[in-house]
Amino acid sequence: MNLHNVLTVFLKELRDSLRDRRTLISMIVVPTLMIPGIMLVAGVISYKVVRNAQAEKPSVMLLGAEDSPVVRGALAENHKIEILPAAANWKQRITDKQLRAAVEIPPGFDATLARGEPAVVKIFNYESEMRSGFAVSELRNFFNDYRDKTITARLAERGLPAALVKPFEVKTENVAPPEKVGGNIVGGMIPYIFILLCFTGAMYPAMDLTAGEKERGTLETILCSPVARTDLVLGKFLVVLAASLGTVVISLLSMGATFLIGGMLLAKSDVGAAAMAAAKSGAAQGFTLPTIDPAGTLMVLAMVLPVAVLFSAILMAVSLFAKSMKEAQSYVSPLIIVVILPAMMGMLPGVELNARLALVPILNLALVSKELVSGVFHWNYIALIFGSTCLYAAVALAACVRMFNREQVLFRT
Amino acid sequence: MIETRNLTKVFHDKKRGEIRAVDNISFLCRPGQIYGLLGANGAGKTTTLRLLATLLRPTSGAATVAGFDTVADPARVRAGVGFLATSTALYGRLTARETIAYFGRLNGLTAEQIAARTRELAAALDLAEFLDRRVEKFSTGMKQKTSIARTLVHDPEVLIFDEPTVGLDVMAARTIVRFVRDCRARGKTVIYSTHVMSEVDKICDTVGIIHHGRLVAEGTPAELRQRYGEQDMEEIFVRAIGGEEAV
Repeated sequence: MNLHNVLTVFLKELRDSLRDRRTLISMIVVPTLMIPGIMLVAGVISYKVVRNAQAEKPSVMLLGAEDSPVVRGALAENHKIEILPAAANWKQRITDKQLRAAVEIPPGFDATLARGEPAVVKIFNYESEMRSGFAVSELRNFFNDYRDKTITARLAERGLPAALVKPFEVKTENVAPPEKVGGNIVGGMIPYIFILLCFTGAMYPAMDLTAGEKERGTLETILCSPVARTDLVLGKFLVVLAASLGTVVISLLSMGATFLIGGMLLAKSDVGAAAMAAAKSGAAQGFTLPTIDPAGTLMVLAMVLPVAVLFSAILMAVSLFAKSMKEAQSYVSPLIIVVILPAMMGMLPGVELNARLALVPILNLALVSKELVSGVFHWNYIALIFGSTCLYAAVALAACVRMFNREQVLFRT
Repeated sequence: MIETRNLTKVFHDKKRGEIRAVDNISFLCRPGQIYGLLGANGAGKTTTLRLLATLLRPTSGAATVAGFDTVADPARVRAGVGFLATSTALYGRLTARETIAYFGRLNGLTAEQIAARTRELAAALDLAEFLDRRVEKFSTGMKQKTSIARTLVHDPEVLIFDEPTVGLDVMAARTIVRFVRDCRARGKTVIYSTHVMSEVDKICDTVGIIHHGRLVAEGTPAELRQRYGEQDMEEIFVRAIGGEEAV
């Protein structure tokens, strides 16, 4: 290996790539502007949607209860639900989202309760629909309260204390530090974004420096210079790697800036003030605003390094096989799914890091990152993941160098 | 000098089976001489030249170029060779100066040597005016001149040209032809492939006629005229390959 030649190729390819508008778009414009922009807009919209849904008084249709004025009266007094009189098309109206839910009170409900006999109240909803879900939870709260009051009244009639049926209370309280709570919430997201950006950042330069050169006829020009194929591939590879890592670092900085500026702007706006108030009142009830461990985030960046090497080498080897950019795109695009799937699996609740999963590339990074941003450092797993990914990356790079030495690949017709 | 001994290149194609693109070719090309490789499209000219430039490895046989074996010492062969073909394009986003410097550095020249060589080449090829403009904005002729500068930056002793005038207008083609002759005058070993018969008469000292990968005739233009009893190079070519039906 001739370091002078590797450096010469690297510097030339870097200059060439930085003069290419498409590389700049995928490396700088997308991560700095689009991704934070999308995240910010999506965040504000989803917050507003949820807030509006929560603020809405759910409309619930009351079925039956003509002979049960007590429960009907109690329901009517509940200001959290809007009770509508029964209509024949209630099922259709729930399906059409004009009505959030319906509640069916069995005939003679008041009398049945008075006799101390069992009764069944049915709630009809639109499963998985958020606003219907809010209506159901309001109805459940109401009927749980109503049941508790009935029990208390019955116990009082018999001269028994209320604690008879409620011998103890169950309370939950979070003892995990806030950064760990945050790690669980956003920890899955961070590596997912890193992995995706790391891949997309390498994608365009990898294709441009291999298949693109073949298409433009410059590959033959460079191949007939004295530079060794290994030096050539390493120089090109370093540019792809730099683009990949550059994309990650730029997006990290831009996301950091977005949260900082976005947070300041939000605090000034109505929506933001409401969010802050909600967070503060939540804190009083044992809820903590999520934060992430900065050292852990830096550690995630370090763990991304071998993955970036792996991606860059694979993308270059695959693209080199193609005769044109178009062909390269058709090979590379399906790889995004291959990358996203393990990254998404890492976000699933309950999938925890173990020695076997530590050997699965990408998934291992997603899992260890979840722990790292929570400030948990399992050094044995970290070493295993870093080591195994380095090994995969080395194999991929060796395959890439081998491809560059195969004339069937370079002069494929 | 270029010397090939029973040079053979076999490709394997799934549909067409075994293709002998270059079949047992032996020839010698001396310094100060232009060897013309004449053949129809697909005759094996490009493959032969790629074998000489170490872009491909021979299946059997051997070639010595600029004093080194193409298989045993490909990097040193490339250091002594300038290869120019229609398929060797330039980097559009680099300027002419950057292009010359890049290939100069890869050929082991120092910054001072590159600067001096750039000045020389710019003067010789009339490049000075557009030296700092990006190649993508160049006309075909300007690109061709830059390509020549790129080929000559390390002052190679052997020059390989693969149909360098294909697709060029008259003026650009004349630049190339003048440049090839100039190389001969400076004692370079030159091999030049073409299917343009008139170019052969103009520049070649020795002609090798290649057909279906085999060297079917070889000699100076005068010798070939005598051997085939024809004056016109096109007629000589057709007779050498065994008549029009052989194409």
